[in-house]
Amino acid sequence: MGKRINVHYVTRIEGHGDIVVEVGDGKLKDCRFEVVEAPRFFESMLHGRHYSEASQITSRICGICSTGHATTSVRATEKALGVEPSEQTRLLRKLAFFGEILDSHVLHAYMLVAPDFFGVGSVIPLVATHREVVLRALRMKKLAGDLCAVVNGRHTHPIAMTVGGFTHFPRVDELEGLYLRFEAARVDADATVELFSSLTFPAFERETEYISLALPDEYAFIDGEIVSSDGVVLPVEAYKNVTNEYLVEYSSAKLARHQRDSYMVGALARFNNNYALLHSRAKKAAGALGLKPKVTNPYLNTAAQVVEIVHCVEESMVTIDELLERGVQWEELAPPKLQAGQGVGACEVPRGLLIHNYSIGADGKLTGADCVIPTNQNIASIEADMCALVPRIINKSADAMRLDLEMLVRAYDPCISCSVHVVKVDGLK
Amino acid sequence: MSQRAIPKIAFFDFTCCEGCQLTVVDSLQDHPELLAAVEIVQFREAMTERGEDYQVAFIEGSCSRPADKDRLQAIREKASVVVALGACAHLGGVNALKYLQPLETSRQYVYGDKAGWYETGEVLPIDAVIPVDFAIPGCPIDRGEFLTCVKALLLGKKPPIPDYPLCVECKLRENACLFTRGKVCMGPVTRAGCGAICPTYGQMCESCRGFISNPNDPSLRDLLAKHGLSVEDMTMQYTLYNTYQVREELMRRQSFHG
Repeated sequence: MGKRINVHYVTRIEGHGDIVVEVGDGKLKDCRFEVVEAPRFFESMLHGRHYSEASQITSRICGICSTGHATTSVRATEKALGVEPSEQTRLLRKLAFFGEILDSHVLHAYMLVAPDFFGVGSVIPLVATHREVVLRALRMKKLAGDLCAVVNGRHTHPIAMTVGGFTHFPRVDELEGLYLRFEAARVDADATVELFSSLTFPAFERETEYISLALPDEYAFIDGEIVSSDGVVLPVEAYKNVTNEYLVEYSSAKLARHQRDSYMVGALARFNNNYALLHSRAKKAAGALGLKPKVTNPYLNTAAQVVEIVHCVEESMVTIDELLERGVQWEELAPPKLQAGQGVGACEVPRGLLIHNYSIGADGKLTGADCVIPTNQNIASIEADMCALVPRIINKSADAMRLDLEMLVRAYDPCISCSVHVVKVDGLK
Repeated sequence: MSQRAIPKIAFFDFTCCEGCQLTVVDSLQDHPELLAAVEIVQFREAMTERGEDYQVAFIEGSCSRPADKDRLQAIREKASVVVALGACAHLGGVNALKYLQPLETSRQYVYGDKAGWYETGEVLPIDAVIPVDFAIPGCPIDRGEFLTCVKALLLGKKPPIPDYPLCVECKLRENACLFTRGKVCMGPVTRAGCGAICPTYGQMCESCRGFISNPNDPSLRDLLAKHGLSVEDMTMQYTLYNTYQVREELMRRQSFHG
C-alpha cells in the first residue's frame, strides 16, 4: 500500500515549510522538507545603506531572533572597521543575548513543542487544563523580554544596541530589580526541567556532524571559533568552508553541507560541543533530563534548549552582578579605526550558528553582504533525519507518521522567515 | 442586555519576520484573560488547528507573490473586519526596499542562475490588494496599542490610532530632541502611538509607523538639509519603511505632470 504524507504546511514553527513524504511498496520513495516562504532579498535592502543602519535592517529578518541578528550585524561591522567595543558593551550585549535565548527557547519548548506531548493542537487549551504550566511559560518569557527591554528598549527589534556600543544605558535599580526576578525565576527554571524530564521524547538516533562556535572560557554565544564534532576548528572568517551553500528547486532557502551530506546546528550542537562550559546548575539539569554528550537524538534538541534555559537564568545573574559591581557608566560609542573594510560577525543565536559578512566602502556604505542562517544549515539535516526515520515508522498509520515527522521538524525549531531572507551581494571576495 | 457572541479571530502571515505575531503572543503575558474574550481559530505560528470560520482577520506581512493576492481575496471574502498588523502589512515596510534595486538584479544576486526557480513579484501593502478596515502600525507593533485596538474592536469601535507627529509623544516623555544632540530624526512627519520609543532609547525615529496625513514635509527637508543631509541621504531616511509610499507619490506626481 502506498502512503503519501503531505503536510502543507507545518504549523507551530516560524514561517512556511512543507513536509513531503511518499511511501510505496513498503519503501520510502520521496522525502523532502520544502521551504515555501516568499523570498525577501535582503541584499537590495542593505546595498548602499550606511553601516549604522545595517543592524536595524537585518534585525527585521527575524522577529524572534532579532537581538541575534542585530548583535551579529554590529560585530560584522565592528570587525570590518576595526571598532573595539568596551568591556561594558561586551557585558550588556551578553546580557541581552541571554534574554533572547531564554525568550526563544521558552517560546519553542512550551508553546510550540509541549502541545504535542499534551495531545493538543496549541497552547490555548492548556490554559484551561494546565494553567500553571502556561502561566509559568508566560512569566519566564516576560522576564526574558523585560531583560532585553532594559538593555535595548524592547525585545523584538532592539533599539539601543549599535556599532561601537549603546545609545542608552540601564539604571542600577533596573538591574537590581532584574536580578531579584531572576533569582525568583530559578523555581520556574527547575519546574521546567522537571516538566521536560517527565516527557518521553521519541526514540530515534542518527549521529551527524555537530557545528557551533566555541570560546576558551565561556559557553559561546557571541564570537569565537567555528568547531565541529568531527574535530575541525576554523576561524569564523573561513565560514564558507563549513557552510558550502547550495540551492535546490523545491526550496526558496539555501541548504548547507560540510564534510558529510549534512550537519546540525543549534542547542543540541552547542550542548555536544561545549558541555564542559555550561553553568553547574545547567549541567545538573542535563543530568535530570538524561542528557550526556554526545546526544544523537534530534528530538532532544528541545531538551538541550531546556538546559540552556537554566544556563541563561544563571549566567544572567552572574552578568548583572558583574555590571552592578563595575557600575554602568554613560559611554560614547567606540569609533571606527578604519574607513573601509570587510568583516565577519558570528553568533550562536537560539537556532544555531549565524554569520553576517559585510564589505563596507570608504563612504561608510555597504557594498557587499552575506548572511548564513542557522535554519538553512539545518534543512539538509532535517531531510536526512526524515529519510532515516520513515523506514522505522513505515508501519504506523499515515496520521501517526505525520505527527512523528512534524515533531521532528519542530524539534529543530526552524525559523523559516530567516531562512529565505538570504542576503548576498556581489563585491565579496 | 443581549449576550454578545465571542468573535472568531484568525491570524495570517505573509512576507515578514513574524515579529508582530510574536508581539501578539507577548501581549498575553500581562493579559492571559484576553484568550477568554475571543476565539482564535487560526494562528499557524502557534496552533495546529485551521478554522476557516472567522469574523476578524489580522494580517501580518506584505503581499510579495502573485499567489498571495488570491489568498488575500479569500480572506477578505470571509472576514467582516480585516486588520493590517504591523509595518509590512500596513506600508510594505522593509520588504519594499527591494524596489530600490532592479528586481532582476536582486534575484541574480541571491539565487544566481537558479533565479527562475523562485516566484517573487511586487511588494504591496495589504490595502493595495484588498480593502483594509484599519491598520495597527509599527515595526514591530506596540503591545499597548495592540491591546487598545483589540478592546476597541470588541466594543465595536474604530481603534484610536493617532494622527499627530511623534514629536508630541517625545516631548511628553521629556526627551532631549535628537536634533539638539547632533543627530537627525523622522519624528516630525511620523505618526505617533509608540511612545517615541526609539528617540527615548537614543536612536532616531525611522518612520516605521508611516507618515501622518498632513506632514510638514518641506520643513523637515529644510531641517535635514541644515543638518548636512544630501538628497541621497534624505532618500535613505524616507525610504527605510516607506519605499512603497514614496514610490507611489513620485509616480502620482509624474503622471500629474504628464
